[in-house]
Formats: sequence, structure tokens, C-alpha cells
Amino acid sequence: MKITEIIHDWLFSLMPETTASIVEMALIAVIYLAIFAVAGLYLVLLERRVAAWFQLRLGPNRVGYQGLLQTMADALKLVSKELTGTIKADKFLYNLAPYFVIVCALMAISIFPFTQEFQAFDINIGIFFLIAISSIGVIGILLAGWSSNNKFALIGAMRSGVQTISYELSVGLSLLTMVLITGSLQLSEIVEVQKHGWLIVQGHIPAMIAFCIYMIAGTAETNRAPFDLVEAESELGAGFHTEYSGMKFAYFFLAEFINMFIIASIATTIFFGAYLSPFGITESIPLLGVFWFLAKTLVLIFLMMWFRWTFPRLRIDQLLVLEWKYLLPLNLMNLILMALMVLLGLTIQF
Amino acid sequence: MDTTTIKNNFKSEEYQINMGPQHPATHGVLRLLLTIDGEIIKRVEPDLGYIHRSIEKMCERDSYQQIVHLTDRMDYLSSHINNEAVCLTVENALQLEIPERVKVIRTILDELTRIASHTLWWGVMGMDVGALTTYFYGFRDRELINDIFEETCGARLTMNYNIPGGLMFDIHPNFVKRTKEFIAHFKTKLPEYDLLLTGNVIFQKRMKGIGILSKEDAISFGASGPVGRASGYSCDVRKHHPYSAFDKVNFNEVLKTEGDTFARYQVRILEMWESLSIIEQLIDNIPEGDFFAKTNTVIKLPEGEYYERVETARGELGVYIISTGTKNPYRMKFRSPGFSNLSLLNHIAVGGKIGDLVATMATLDLVIPDIDR
Amino acid sequence: MGLMKDYNTKIMTNEALQSLISSWIPELEFTEEKSQFLNITVQPEQLHQLMTQLKSNSETNFNYLFCLSGVDWGTALGVVYHLESTTHRHQLVVKVKTEDRDNPTFDTVCDIWYTAEFHEREVFDFFGIIFTNHPNLQRLFLTEDWDGFPLRKDYVDEINMIIK
Repeated sequence: MKITEIIHDWLFSLMPETTASIVEMALIAVIYLAIFAVAGLYLVLLERRVAAWFQLRLGPNRVGYQGLLQTMADALKLVSKELTGTIKADKFLYNLAPYFVIVCALMAISIFPFTQEFQAFDINIGIFFLIAISSIGVIGILLAGWSSNNKFALIGAMRSGVQTISYELSVGLSLLTMVLITGSLQLSEIVEVQKHGWLIVQGHIPAMIAFCIYMIAGTAETNRAPFDLVEAESELGAGFHTEYSGMKFAYFFLAEFINMFIIASIATTIFFGAYLSPFGITESIPLLGVFWFLAKTLVLIFLMMWFRWTFPRLRIDQLLVLEWKYLLPLNLMNLILMALMVLLGLTIQF
Repeated sequence: MDTTTIKNNFKSEEYQINMGPQHPATHGVLRLLLTIDGEIIKRVEPDLGYIHRSIEKMCERDSYQQIVHLTDRMDYLSSHINNEAVCLTVENALQLEIPERVKVIRTILDELTRIASHTLWWGVMGMDVGALTTYFYGFRDRELINDIFEETCGARLTMNYNIPGGLMFDIHPNFVKRTKEFIAHFKTKLPEYDLLLTGNVIFQKRMKGIGILSKEDAISFGASGPVGRASGYSCDVRKHHPYSAFDKVNFNEVLKTEGDTFARYQVRILEMWESLSIIEQLIDNIPEGDFFAKTNTVIKLPEGEYYERVETARGELGVYIISTGTKNPYRMKFRSPGFSNLSLLNHIAVGGKIGDLVATMATLDLVIPDIDR
Repeated sequence: MGLMKDYNTKIMTNEALQSLISSWIPELEFTEEKSQFLNITVQPEQLHQLMTQLKSNSETNFNYLFCLSGVDWGTALGVVYHLESTTHRHQLVVKVKTEDRDNPTFDTVCDIWYTAEFHEREVFDFFGIIFTNHPNLQRLFLTEDWDGFPLRKDYVDEINMIIK
């Protein structure tokens, strides 16, 4: 895939260096915004069709072929809605909150290696950057709840904040467990290491434990069922985004799906070899890497949707007990186990 | 568990929150005023009357056949049973001889109604706790029962098929066949309910040990139906004061002793199995005969007071008629099961969390028109 | 689980109940006419005492109040209590009346049976009967500012009531 090089050379030949860099950065930003929007839209549709399949019904299949234009119609509707806002809401924070969530999601997408050439931002602290960025997303939720000046929104935001900062620990520790094998935080190097076999195979038992903990904690991070107490419709209104309508509500809604995509992508990159095909069957066609990446991510997204439509939800104190009394000690012991395994050379390599 | 140690250091304020009247978890128009301290509930005060239609006052000027129409709308999920309650009171007052065929068909329809009500309850229970798929599975089975009712009685929800004296018209020729098909189908589906929800660890942790009601409290609060039976209080009207064909069938009264939310849940699931067994015993042996016992067009009950009790899906429904010999009752009182079941909500929800309140209310299985009348 | 047999099932006949209860309070009226149960009419002053004894006495043990209705008897206002014993399975009706239509007052029984709390609020709402010592005697179904007591026979509402 020499396209990126061709565009890069062409831009630099056209204009002076600084302008060319800025134009290049703007171009990349636009491409990623487009990916963000399209991914968000089609994930929503996918969720609705998967939910319908579980619930013995059909789901949206009228607007466009098999309902592909459904989310477009919904987005148009949301854009045309009246922007209500409470009088006593803190205007600046109220408007700022959705942007926090969106910007964090965008920044996180930018470092994924979709295929060998297709990675916007390959820094040497890749995993650390990912974890840090997802922590900033919490601020958006707390701001939304506080600035809405609404009792229910506040309760929802507080619950969500507590939940997110607790489960970040588990996410971070399970990723750290895998870093012990790769020896580097940089995402492209992690994929390089997986050419000797996917990390979940290389690390066998501790890696599988780490994967399970990561999936549970990742679902909790994104406030999805069975940890969706924040948005529990049958309890207190709609949680922290009760007072948002129209486009701003759409931002929160989309951000939740993109977060799900991010969690699945991280798992694909760290555990399942990102764009590497199983047993290297299509190694000669690098472009197919995108297909493998998306396929693996979609399987994990399907798993998260499966959770949502099957399990009841946990109560807030049960949620916190799960993290602090069970997942965290398990994670720490798993870390030691993995360290021992790497030290003694017991990993499986191909 | 509780935050008493932190409380000693700074004052926490209790504040009041409104749940309802429009709320996905209150199953109708019920407004609950919650006084909460953080997440712990201090007091639950129900505010009723949003769907009060003064049925008791209307009964004082309606004829007895018209009153049967009104009872459909009280507990709309057990409409056959409500109709039967009034019809039994009138028939016992007039001392009418009801044909065996009528009694057996009434019993079968009662049990089908009970299953329909419990499947809806199960679907909504799952939804309240967060498992959103159960709603569709419950309704899928309920639709089959509604179709059977529609063919025989003409309506899916407010059936109005029982009249004083018997049934409005004979059952449809397909009734027996379709009911047998339904039983065979439902027996394969009911274990699915257990697979999906009952055995789930998350579900059990949210239901066990919550909202405990002791047996003495259950009797004192007048709890009846599955709510009472889950606390070990044997209150099945079909056993203690049998009516229609219930003295001829063999069935168990499902009793549990823990009195918590999970026990109430289990009692209803097991009751569905018992209902299936009752229908199976009766469906092949419906006696031939009239479907109607002759009454006057204008029914006048002799002077006196009459009381009959039936077991609806929610508990014990009582109908109390005071008659002065005219064609309208002098006073008609409906003792609704939901009213007594609601009064114990404050007692069992205090000290728990809001999530527990939602689960507890779901297992009390309240239908607000039944309470408000 | 089969039917759990309650121990102590000694159902008393109406005659036995009548003789036992009349030995506690002599001024009670007993009748079985025009009703399927034994009816006791008690004076308002002795209501609470009678109810307490009916529940606490181990031979009667009326621990289940299954219906509490207010009735407007035309000239008098009254309350009808339907009682049952869950252990002995006998049933009883207790009636209490007062001629005072402006300020009808009875003692509450919600300290004896918890279920009476809501039922008495309903009777207050529809008939205007006041129950002394009730923890929270307010209207239940109708709004706070409603004028009048709808289930009384002399209630007039030209707009909403349709008289045939």
C-alpha cells in the first residue's frame, strides 16, 4: 500500500513544508472523522439487528437495502430536533461535556494499526496512551451530569464515574499482563511480536484469564449491560444524559458505540494479532489486513452485544464488589503468574 | 454495607424523589414518593388515584350483567377470573344450579388466564432487572393464549365471557384442540425461562435476600396470592374455599418459606406448571350439557349480604354485595389483592436500595387499575 | 410442595363462637339472617376491645382481616369487617354503626391488623369516617382538595354523575 507515500510526496512537492504538514494532518483528521461517523452509524444498525435476532423479531430492514440507511434517517431526525436546555443549567459546561467524550474516542481510534501502513499515530507508549485517554472520557460524563442541574442526572453521573475509574484498573492491569510478553508498549511492535503466534496463544493460561478479565472490565468501562446501571431505564430516567436532546444526545449515543469499538479493537490488537491472518495465509496481500482486523473486532463486538441482551444488570454495590474484591486480586495474581512464565520461557512460540 | 461510620463524620441529607406516575417500572400509573439517603430508601409512600374510575359507585346504578363488564377493567390481566367472581356471587345469592360443563370450562379459562398473566409478569420482571430479551419470550407465549381466547370469546384482553348463569356462548369447536397444542408447546418453553433467567447468577444475586416478608407480617398485611405463599402462608382460595371445578382436580399449592424476592419469583414459575397440570386434567373431559342456566332478564338478588372469593393471578379477590332486593346492588365492594399487596411495600423496601425496590415491586406483581378501581 | 397443614385447626361453629364472644362483652347483637356468616354488631366504644380480643384469644385467633368496607346505611354510617382465622378457618363479620353523619368516628384497628391502614384511608376518603389514632389519615385516591365524600348516598355531583 504505497498510497500514503504517494500522497505524502505529492503534498510536499506542492507547497512549503509547514503548510504541507498541516494539510496532511488535517487530511488524516478528516479521514478519521469519517471512519468514526461511519463506524458509529453502522454499529448502531448492527446492534439493532443483533438485538432483533435475539428477540425473535426482524429489526430495521425497510430504509434502504436491509435497513442500511436507517441510522442516516435517525441522524437526520436528531439534527432537526429542538435543542432544549434547562434554564439553570451551566451553559458552558453543558455544551462542553459531549465534546470531551467525542474527542477522547477520536484520539483513541487514531493509534490502531488497521493494517501495516494504515496507522495514523504510532507512538512508543501506545498502550499507555490508550489507557490514559479513556480515563479522560470520565470527565465528560461527570460534567454532563453536574451541569444538567437535575437530581437524576447527577446520581447517574456519579454512579458512572465510580464505575469507570474502578474498572480502569482492571483494564490497565490485564493489558499490562500481555505487555510482559511483548516487552514494548508500542502497538506496531506488539503486532510484530505476534507474527510468532497470537498473544493469546503465546501466553496460554494467564493470557486467557487476562482476556476474560479484560472483556468484563471493558464492558463495564463503556457502561454497557450488564453494567449499564447508569442508563437503567427502569430506575431513574435516562441517567446522566437525561437533559440532552438532538445532536448533543447523538454525540453521547455515538460515543458509547465507538467506545465499544475501541475496547474490541484493543483486544484484537493485543490478544488476537491485529491485522495478522491466522497461520499467515494471506500474508502476501497486505491490504487484506484491514479485513482481518475488522472481522476479529466484529466478533468481539458481537460478544459484547450478546452480553447486553442476555444478562440482567448488576446493582451498584455488587458492581464495585466485583471489581475490588474479585477482579483486582485475580488480576494481580495473574500478573505474577505471567511474569513467572515469561521468565521461565514457558510461552508457546511458532 | 451501610455507611454509618462515614455518617458520623458528616451529615447526609435525605431527599425526596418521585418515581412515576409515568415510569417504566411501576407497571401502570402509580406514583411513589421515595425518601432516600444516598442509595438507601428511608420511606416509600404510594400515591394512588390516577386511574380511579369509581367502579364501586357505578355498580350502585348498574344491573348485574352490566357490572360484569366493569370488572374486566379492574385487573385486566385476570379478566376471566374477575368476571367469574361477580358471577359466582350472583349465582350463589340466587341459588342457581350451574351446569357441570360451565364449571369445567370456567376452570380451564381461569387457568389459561393465570398462565397468560404470569408469562407477562415474567417478561416484565426480566425487563425491570435489565434482561431485555425476556419481554419478547414472555409475550410470544402469551400471544398464543390470546389467540385461543379471541377465537372462543371474541376478545383478547377484556373477555367478558362469564355472565351470571353461565357462559355467553358455547366454546368454539377448535378450543380443545388449540389448548392441547398450546400445552404441548408451552411445556417445552417453560424450561427455557429457567435457563434464561432463573439460573443466572447475576439475577439470583439481585433477588435473593431482598425484600423479606415474614409469615406473620404477610397475614397481618393481608397479603395473598404468590406474595403470601412465598412466605409460607397457605392462602390459596382454590384450596380453602373451592369454587367451580377446583375441588375435582389434583394440584399442589406452591409454598416457599424464605419470603424474599426470589421465593416470590419461584412461586409464580411453579404455579405455571401447576396450572398446566390442572388444564391437562380437565381438557379431555369437558362434560356435555348446557352452557347456560336460565336467569331472568332483570336479575334481582334477594335482600341480604353476599361474599365470594376467588383466586386471581395476583391473589384473593373478594366481592361483597349488599342487596335490598332491587335490581341494583345497594353497596358493592371489591376487595382487591393488589391493594393489600401494595400496603406492604413500605415495610419491605425500607433499608434497601433503589435497585432492590424495583426488583421487589416487580415481584409484587401490581396492576394499578386493580388497586385504584 | 404439598399443602402445608396448619396445626391447631379447630374450627368453631357459629353457636360456639357466639357463646364464647358474648361471654366477653354482653351488649353485642348476633345474627345469621340474610348472610352466610355470623354477624356481630358492636357499639363504637367497644370496637377496639372486641377486635383485640378476637385476635389475641387462641380459640378464635382471627388473625386475617380480609375485607374492610365502609357502608352508608341511609341514616347511619358504618364499617363492616370480615375476619378469618388462618389456623382454625372460621369466619366472622363485625359491624359497627353510628348515626352521627357530620362527625362519624371509630377507633382504628390498624394496630391489630396492618392491612387496615390503607383500607381505613379508603373509607375516610369515600365516606368521611374518621379513625382515631390512625398514623396517616389522609385521602388516598382523591385529591387533597376534593369536596365531599363520593360513596355516601347523599353525594351530589351534577357534572360527573349520571343518574338513570
